[in-house]
Amino acid sequence: MGNTAVLVLVVITALGFDFTNGFHDTGNAMATSIATKALAPRVAVALSGLLNLIGAFLSLAVAATIASGLVSTKLVTLTVVAAGLAGGITWNLLTWLLGIPSSSSHALIGGVIGATIAAAGGHAVLWHGLVSKVVLPAVLSPVIAALVAATGTWLVYRISRRLTDTGRRHGFRVGQVASACMVSLAHGTNDAQKTMGVITLALIANGTLAAKSNAPFWVILSCALAISLGTYIGGWRVIRTLGKGLVEIESPQGMAAESASAAIILLSSNFGYSLSTTHVATGSIIGTGLGKKGAEVRWNVAGRMATAWLFTLPSAALVGAGADALARAIGGTPGVIVDLLILLAVVAAIYWKSRATKVDHHNVNDEWSGGVTPAERQPAAAA
Amino acid sequence: MSWINYQALWKIVVYGLIAGAGLPALFAVGLRALAWPGARVQSAIAGAGGGTAGTSADDDRLYGGNVLGLIIAVIIALAILAALGWSVYEVYQIGHPPVKK
Repeated sequence: MGNTAVLVLVVITALGFDFTNGFHDTGNAMATSIATKALAPRVAVALSGLLNLIGAFLSLAVAATIASGLVSTKLVTLTVVAAGLAGGITWNLLTWLLGIPSSSSHALIGGVIGATIAAAGGHAVLWHGLVSKVVLPAVLSPVIAALVAATGTWLVYRISRRLTDTGRRHGFRVGQVASACMVSLAHGTNDAQKTMGVITLALIANGTLAAKSNAPFWVILSCALAISLGTYIGGWRVIRTLGKGLVEIESPQGMAAESASAAIILLSSNFGYSLSTTHVATGSIIGTGLGKKGAEVRWNVAGRMATAWLFTLPSAALVGAGADALARAIGGTPGVIVDLLILLAVVAAIYWKSRATKVDHHNVNDEWSGGVTPAERQPAAAA
Repeated sequence: MSWINYQALWKIVVYGLIAGAGLPALFAVGLRALAWPGARVQSAIAGAGGGTAGTSADDDRLYGGNVLGLIIAVIIALAILAALGWSVYEVYQIGHPPVKK
């Protein structure tokens, strides 16, 4: 029963996705702390990685939703899962290259849904679940996060207006670090779960596990490690856009933004919404720009992100569908292997492209000059 | 079969405001209390609930020297830590439902 070689490949690819999930989303928790220098960049990513690891063990609720709430499990095969992952990874890396904080969750869900439609048709997708648990929360969550963050920012500045500027900056750094840690933990409880759900889905599809099983311990452990390693590597390009590109952030704003993010993510998980930590974090950061008098929100950067969000589900779905069609055209194990080889080539190409305009812990906080690549790297714009 | 669960939505907004905006505001109140002017100016550690000795070279101290202010700040810090601890515990509880066999 089942195909062990393909299963192993799928599990490795899923862990690869988890890794990109980690480094794509480091910024959600740590961007503002890095931007206000509350934490040194490398300390921030190490701390976030550790908390993601712990968070991954905290809750198993979301894994179950992903495994059973979006597509009809009876119609999912290993090939579908592999193709879905290919879609998710491709979109994650492309947006990272452009420094756009797009949703890893949507990339994964889009990929799996695209592959499922290609393999079994539209009826295999649980559309009501998709719209009510994924699409609508994606629209609402940034708005709610922005509202909460704006309120928090306004209150915090109002209450602390008598403090000296330096005193305020130093005092709020403590709160900022604490709130950023909560976001990292929340990210672990949410996003690590999504990969666990997918691997569990693959194990069920292969007949290794009975239907409706929980994730086995080795799955939990390996997902926790993959996401925390990815977080530790740090998606510096996305961190830069979130920390410097959207709003120039001070530490009280950073604390308000992270508190809003942590509260919304944890609350929503309790209601079973697998929402995007990215959407929430971005909404919070914009909110904190709105809540402070005189702060400027760079709406062109925000608009670019929102556009990318619109395209995330369909684009990942297209790649997923294409990968599934190709794999089935070739057929069987070779089909899956060809898919994954192409994926590997795409990953290598994107990585090679990213080397040309490197963003790392050295230049992540450089002055924002209209793009994710710091000015020093562009010969004409040197100050 | 409704598309939006309004019951969940308003809870997320209200509790989100209480925790996500209320806790930072409480933290700000704590900093205000800590900064109350008192007998000793610029002499203690800025971190909430930190010790009093061991001042280092940089001088952006928040502690204004008022003991009552310090006590209030410590109580607020503990309350915030308790809230965070409780929320993590809640997440753990909900995330590990009793195994159905």
